[in-house]
Amino acid sequence: MQRQSVLAAEAARYRKVIPAGEYWIHVVIKGQTFRIVDVEGNQAADTLLFAAADPAERYSIVDTMRAQRNVYLSVGSKLLSTAGNTLAQIVADTVGRHDTLGGACAAESNTVRYALDKRTMHSCRDSYLLALAEHDHFNLSKRDLTHNINFFMNVPVTAEGGLSFADGVSGPGKYVELRAVMDVIVLISNCPQLNNPCNAYNPTPLEILIWDPDVS
Amino acid sequence: MNTGAVFHEALIEGGKHWSLTARSGIVLRLIDVNGGANVGMLFYNPYNLLERYNVPDTLKCQHTFKLTKGHCLYSDMGRIFCSIIEDSVGWHDTACGNSNKALVAQRWGQKSYQNCRNDWTQNGHDSFLVEGGKYGLGRRDLAANVNWFSKVSIAETGDMTFDASNSRAGAFVDLRFEMDTLVLLHTCPHPLNPAADYPRAPIRMELRKSAPVRDDDFCRNSRPENIRGFENTELYRQCARSGRGT
Repeated sequence: MQRQSVLAAEAARYRKVIPAGEYWIHVVIKGQTFRIVDVEGNQAADTLLFAAADPAERYSIVDTMRAQRNVYLSVGSKLLSTAGNTLAQIVADTVGRHDTLGGACAAESNTVRYALDKRTMHSCRDSYLLALAEHDHFNLSKRDLTHNINFFMNVPVTAEGGLSFADGVSGPGKYVELRAVMDVIVLISNCPQLNNPCNAYNPTPLEILIWDPDVS
Repeated sequence: MNTGAVFHEALIEGGKHWSLTARSGIVLRLIDVNGGANVGMLFYNPYNLLERYNVPDTLKCQHTFKLTKGHCLYSDMGRIFCSIIEDSVGWHDTACGNSNKALVAQRWGQKSYQNCRNDWTQNGHDSFLVEGGKYGLGRRDLAANVNWFSKVSIAETGDMTFDASNSRAGAFVDLRFEMDTLVLLHTCPHPLNPAADYPRAPIRMELRKSAPVRDDDFCRNSRPENIRGFENTELYRQCARSGRGT
């Protein structure tokens, strides 16, 4: 399902471009709305969320999918924590479907998926690890790197139980917008993957916008 | 291929939990005694507990949503904890997670230990916390788990449907461990099981030694990705730890 945002970009309190292959880590306060823009189209935003007050409580793909009885994320989807609480909710979405089964790329999984000699290529997990090392006041580490959301990515599941990485359903300027239901640490890797169509073999920038609760 | 004699067997009643460390070369057979069982399972490297079962990596490298014969269960480090060498069921879920205290209370009512003793209604999440705690694992270490014997199919819209007739009495699945692995398991109900009463389905576990993995092994060759997964795992066994459990 698609729904346009009611928020004006000029009213945002924060704007930041994340180049491909880089990360963004930020505390979004309860009630704030944040938008992730697929600036040039077909770019995967590998996203993790943690409860800021207790980061051992974090985004859970299995609880989120099971609670909504659906494997795809879109408007209305509540991003549930490992404790069953809502971390954030999708309030606007001009794409209509996002993946949360496909995980983040890593050097090691690249060796399995593509070739053993791909082991040194850049990956989302490398960005995550650097983000946590450079922001160690969050006290997060590899131990906390759980399964993520892939905004703008299209991973259809078939009735026979198959899974494929299809060409993106996103496009230039499309976005997804989330309202924080509690204070959350948001960690995004702007995916550097060069080996599959999730980024159309051409990783491009994302942009983040944040609005305060009383802005419209 | 599965010629080794069973050297250990155990019955695990429904709604319980257990754990074990299986060396590479061990085969764990899970048997659904009465039909309708669910076995929640997580895997860790016992020598580096940060290496754990990774559902997205497992699914995407084999282009599958379900698990069945031929599939390998991957860690986040590109290695294979175990491969499914036999399966009489055909579909095992690994995307729906666990029951938890609130879900059990809402769907079936909470039966306390004080009142019900061994018939209390345990849940999958707490079961993993207890079993993981024995090895120093906590909330931060849990990940998406397998639900052996359970099937949840997906419509084109993405909607999930639980199939209550997926597993029948006597159904089994054989897991061959490709590296030394810490296994956490529970027999609590699948979180989408719509049964009127708390389902309490027992399973039997059997352990035996496998024959050596040959170059033409079915799991190894089921996909080109798995050939590379086996190579990663063999390298780790050769360099980091001693070889197959002899």
